[in-house]
Amino acid sequence: MTAHGERPRLAVVGAGPAGLAAALAAARQGLTVTLVDAAPQAGGQFHRQPAEGLGARRARALHHRWSTWERLRDGLARHVAAGRITHLPDHHVWTVEREKDTDPDLDPDGTFVVHALRGPAQEEPATVRADGLVIATGGYETVLPFPGWTLPGVVTAGGAQAMLKGGLVLPGRTAVVAGTGPLLMPVAAGLAAAGARVAALVEAAGARDVARSAPALAAHPGKLAEGARYAAELLRHRVPVRSRHTVVAAHGTDRLDAVTVAALDPDGRVRTGTGHRVPCDTLAVGHGMLPHTDLAETLGCAVDGRRVRVDDEQRTDVPGVWAAGETTGIGGADLALAEGRIAGLSAAARLDSRTPDRSSWRSAAAARSRLRRFASAVDAVYRPPAHWTDQVTDDTVVCRCEEVPAADVRAAVGELGAGDLRTVKLLTRAGMGWCQGRMCGPAVAGLLGCELPVSRRPFARPLPLGVLAGATEDPTEDPQPVRPEEENA
Amino acid sequence: MVGAASALYATREGLDVVLVDRGPVAGGTTGSGEGNLLVSDKEPGPELELALLSGRLWSALAAEAGVAAAIEYEAKGGVVVASTPDGLTALADLAVGQRAAGVTADPVDAHALYDLEPHLAPGLPGGVHYPQDAQVMPTLAAAHLIRIARTGGARLRTGSTVTGVLRTAAGAVRGVRTDGAEIHAPAVVNAAGTWGGELAALAGVELPVLPRRGFVLVTEPLPRMVHHKVYAADYVADVASDSAALQTSPVVEGTAAGPVLIGASRERVGFDREFSLPVARALAAGATRLFPFLAQVRAMRGYLGFRPYMPDHLPAIGPDARVPGLFHACGHEGAGIGLSTGTGRLIAQALAGRTPDLDLAPFRPDRFERRQEDTA
Ligand SMILES: Cc1cc2nc3c(=O)[nH]c(=O)nc-3n(C[C@H](O)[C@H](O)[C@H](O)COP(=O)(O)OP(=O)(O)OC[C@H]3O[C@@H](n4cnc5c(N)ncnc54)[C@H](O)[C@@H]3O)c2cc1C
Ligand SMILES: Cc1cc2nc3c(=O)[nH]c(=O)nc-3n(C[C@H](O)[C@H](O)[C@H](O)COP(=O)(O)OP(=O)(O)OC[C@H]3O[C@@H](n4cnc5c(N)ncnc54)[C@H](O)[C@@H]3O)c2cc1C
Repeated sequence: MTAHGERPRLAVVGAGPAGLAAALAAARQGLTVTLVDAAPQAGGQFHRQPAEGLGARRARALHHRWSTWERLRDGLARHVAAGRITHLPDHHVWTVEREKDTDPDLDPDGTFVVHALRGPAQEEPATVRADGLVIATGGYETVLPFPGWTLPGVVTAGGAQAMLKGGLVLPGRTAVVAGTGPLLMPVAAGLAAAGARVAALVEAAGARDVARSAPALAAHPGKLAEGARYAAELLRHRVPVRSRHTVVAAHGTDRLDAVTVAALDPDGRVRTGTGHRVPCDTLAVGHGMLPHTDLAETLGCAVDGRRVRVDDEQRTDVPGVWAAGETTGIGGADLALAEGRIAGLSAAARLDSRTPDRSSWRSAAAARSRLRRFASAVDAVYRPPAHWTDQVTDDTVVCRCEEVPAADVRAAVGELGAGDLRTVKLLTRAGMGWCQGRMCGPAVAGLLGCELPVSRRPFARPLPLGVLAGATEDPTEDPQPVRPEEENA
Repeated sequence: MVGAASALYATREGLDVVLVDRGPVAGGTTGSGEGNLLVSDKEPGPELELALLSGRLWSALAAEAGVAAAIEYEAKGGVVVASTPDGLTALADLAVGQRAAGVTADPVDAHALYDLEPHLAPGLPGGVHYPQDAQVMPTLAAAHLIRIARTGGARLRTGSTVTGVLRTAAGAVRGVRTDGAEIHAPAVVNAAGTWGGELAALAGVELPVLPRRGFVLVTEPLPRMVHHKVYAADYVADVASDSAALQTSPVVEGTAAGPVLIGASRERVGFDREFSLPVARALAAGATRLFPFLAQVRAMRGYLGFRPYMPDHLPAIGPDARVPGLFHACGHEGAGIGLSTGTGRLIAQALAGRTPDLDLAPFRPDRFERRQEDTA
């Protein structure tokens, strides 16, 4: 019990597998949970649902581990009905505030204030107060630039998947799936199953790289079986798989009509003379994922490399803040589920001033260590070609939001003395646009030849200044505009 | 910025210049501030004279081929707005003194105010228009001044940290030690901004430069809605303030690239990099009070920097009497972009042994030490 005489309140940001697992575990243990999520429906990336009314039967076939999803969805519905979980879809969290120097036991308002924007235009403020916080905001896809990548018809691998799962619209008729990473296979398989002709799956990693890390991968029969299932599906749909290949350019005038695919040598350079054109109207391209760390960073949580640092209970180094799922490292839906469950159980105990009973999450912990080992093996294999920047011509747009070509980035480094992402951003505007460098950050870092640094983004979402100005107001009261005359009154 | 300008003018004096920075260009406060070149916020005195000199130099630089566009120089003018009739009277008084010092400061009544800035909140009594106020994009300005200096022969060493100041047996400066090679030179200019005190300490002297944190909010790009640099009269009071507490008075400006910048929180909290929601809120509230339309405009990002400030709010410019060959050019607080050209010119003149355009006495780097002795 807390000083406010009620059950401790937990806010969970993100309703993907990790957030759902955390919310369910915590609610079952008696916490009052608010699940805040930007998407219109629960499920996150993996369980992205067809829009209501479009519940075609094919969605079922597309959904990997449908039963897991059903279990989570039904669990959520039960807890919501019982009043233990409040689910707030369409709520975009722009920051979480921690009231420092207050004793959570004495502060009836709780330690955390989750600030979100709701409504179709993301304009209305909403706040959620809580005693503890689970950050389960997942990750986002990275796409590295190449000539023609901004043509209509070029989509991210996840974008193609989302279109399939979410709207059931086929993005095009002849597709090429390219880039690197374990997501390409399910995307190609999904497109093929939905009736698209997949002209090629182009993977930068070589079959031999995969073989080399076979021992690490082989320790995960479930995951391998998953891979084998996708491989079989690709075979069935006669999808040609080109490993150690890359798309060097996309062609078309108004929209995509072909791509050039070329072979890579063992050093990750394009082999001259190997390029050939593949006609297609859709290119789904992805180069892996990066964790969303904005909310954690603003709260002051330690971030290792690109992931939020957590202990074996999924606690960050900021008291009262847990993190689970891909925000702590990219590793797939099963890992997100395991981490979410542990975070939820730990939070339930800790916020109730109890030491958690670790045996309650023994199987989740075992799955977590297994899947993390698998994830790092995968990570070692699926890398963009080492010399991908060779293909980036000077006129290739690097930052789409601000339309900054590679030439500008190169000039900033060569002529103007920039040496890091931040200076390049200030000199060229690359990374200043709507996505705040989430998209182009890895590309600019690659052109600079430096590691992608942790970037500080105080706002996880752009927000109206009027909302920011009134960010202390209760959401039910409209913030009163202050008139200038009142200033000196 | 100050190092860039000093390097440029010293090169133009015919000196052989090596510009050393531990980071990239503009990696210090210059890359985390705004680029207002202001006379409007300065009371008559040595700082205003430096601002006027600097303003002339900026416009001369901007007249050189390609420079104005490259550094996003805009001679847009500033508008200082009073929120009350009393505030307007105080503003008008300040303007009288500024005019005597050579500033163009035109009082504007309520009617003319809305001609200058149609989107201002209704009901404001008036303000003062300062046509000499201008603006640059600081990172671009520093980078391009350095680029120009390099075409004149200056050398740039980024990623190189100064770890010691080399002295002769007699105590005179003979160069610097870096984490790479030693660089030998009969004169060393300390343009280390907020870290100027540390650099001075390497030469064995004390220079009280302290950080004063500032936040800036950046909006989504907009068509031009804010035409001048606009701020409320209380900003001038904040600039001159000695208080450590948070002060936020709204300073709103459009930029060449489209986003509106909302700036000028001032607090003395050391080098604390943590984002502060209360500060962001106060800035947003102040800005939407001045320009109500901003309430619907989105903040994209925010950033913070540490202004290098000195106890008497004047920079340290010129030779250090305590160490022959050591020069200082730091401590410009919230005006180092604007004051950089004048500072660079004065430093270059001092280095070349010429009479500086302005009397350096008020900016003497060792003035604090004397003051302590006086009071002792
Ligand atoms: C194309 C594609 C195919 C995949 N295929 C497979 C597969 O076959 N097998 C497999 O194991 N895994 C697969 N994955 C990976 C799987 O989807 C993820 O591992 C899993 O979804 C991660 O779960 P999570 O809960 O950490 O994050 P997510 O599922 O990403 O959920 C995060 C949630 O947080 C929300 N959110 C983020 N930021 C905010 C904010 N500021 N405010 C409010 N809400 C926010 C998001 O809207 C989202 O709903 C695939 C992923 C993709 C993109
Ligand atoms: C929020 C905010 C808004 C501002 N708005 C304005 C404005 O509108 N107009 C204006 O004129 N001013 C403004 N300022 C102030 C202005 O930014 C500073 O006064 C100015 O940037 C100082 O420039 P500088 O060259 O002295 O310092 P810096 O830009 O900090 O440069 C000092 C350099 O020294 C280097 N350095 C330090 N120690 C070492 C070492 N040991 N070895 C090698 N290199 C070293 C650093 O890496 C750094 O690059 C603002 C500041 C802030 C924070």
